Amino acid sequence: MEFNTNFILGCSAIGAGLAVIAGIGPGVGQGIAAGHAAAAVGRNPGAKGDITGTMLLGQAVAETTGLYGLLIAMILIFVKPLAK
Amino acid sequence: MNPILLAADNEVDFMIHGIFSYSFFGQKVWITTTHVCTLIVLITLMIFMYVAGRAMKKGKEVPEGFQNVVELIVEKLDGMVESTMGTKGRNFRNYIGTIFIFIIFSNISGLLGLRPPTADYGTTLPLGLITFTLIFVTKIRYQKVTGFLKGLCDPWPFWAPINVIGDVAVPISLSLRLFANILSGTVMMALIYGLLNRIAYVWPAALHVYFDLFSGAIQTYVFCMLTMTYIADAMGDS
Repeated sequence: MEFNTNFILGCSAIGAGLAVIAGIGPGVGQGIAAGHAAAAVGRNPGAKGDITGTMLLGQAVAETTGLYGLLIAMILIFVKPLAK
Repeated sequence: MNPILLAADNEVDFMIHGIFSYSFFGQKVWITTTHVCTLIVLITLMIFMYVAGRAMKKGKEVPEGFQNVVELIVEKLDGMVESTMGTKGRNFRNYIGTIFIFIIFSNISGLLGLRPPTADYGTTLPLGLITFTLIFVTKIRYQKVTGFLKGLCDPWPFWAPINVIGDVAVPISLSLRLFANILSGTVMMALIYGLLNRIAYVWPAALHVYFDLFSGAIQTYVFCMLTMTYIADAMGDS
């Protein structure tokens, strides 16, 4: 069955929108990390520098899965692999 | 259409453009905006290197002026490596310092309207592969071949394929993380300049601070930090 190119592009756009739902997970994870970091600073204000560094490193690693969703969305919209 | 400057046009455009092509062993190869922007970054770094070398050559016991800046940068980078890897990681100061300065200059070049070289997977994948090679060589050198094979069959021998996949995933996730972060910043700025070009005056500067300076610096730090963690892990306990 042959599909119209515009139909495929529209479905790609919907797929791209669905792919960036992956951003929910890192958002929750980063929030949890930041909350625990705030609690840790409250308990031990002297270690604020170390805690901030560790928190940022962990958040950046947790961000990766969200970025994979973003990459898939960008590939679907701009590279158009399905419409070729 | 201006192929190098991103913000010079009124349409959404953040793609890599070919500038001219040539034939290389029968293959058509393009010189792209990434090459030009990398060259600009490298020339900037070389000028900085030359000036810093001149400043250090007639350096004094008590530093002053530009010598202060150079010594501060070197000391901070050395301190970062030593606090993460311990004294045994001293030999990696050169590599970590080099990639740190290159990546941060590449990320910040978005401020000047260039397309950041790190927003091209062709730049970040080699960086990840260099780190991967370094991890492999360090593992062989410090743990010998027996230790390497023992680490491969960690809980049980039939676990080896999963360990291999875990090792191969390291450069891919390292390079994709850096690439996707910088690319998302580039796309956001291109959307703002392209779609809101009537009202995009002055206030995008705040977004530049976040996407180019903050995000770029964090990602540089994370790339170097993870590289150091993996290498320190490869060195083992010995």
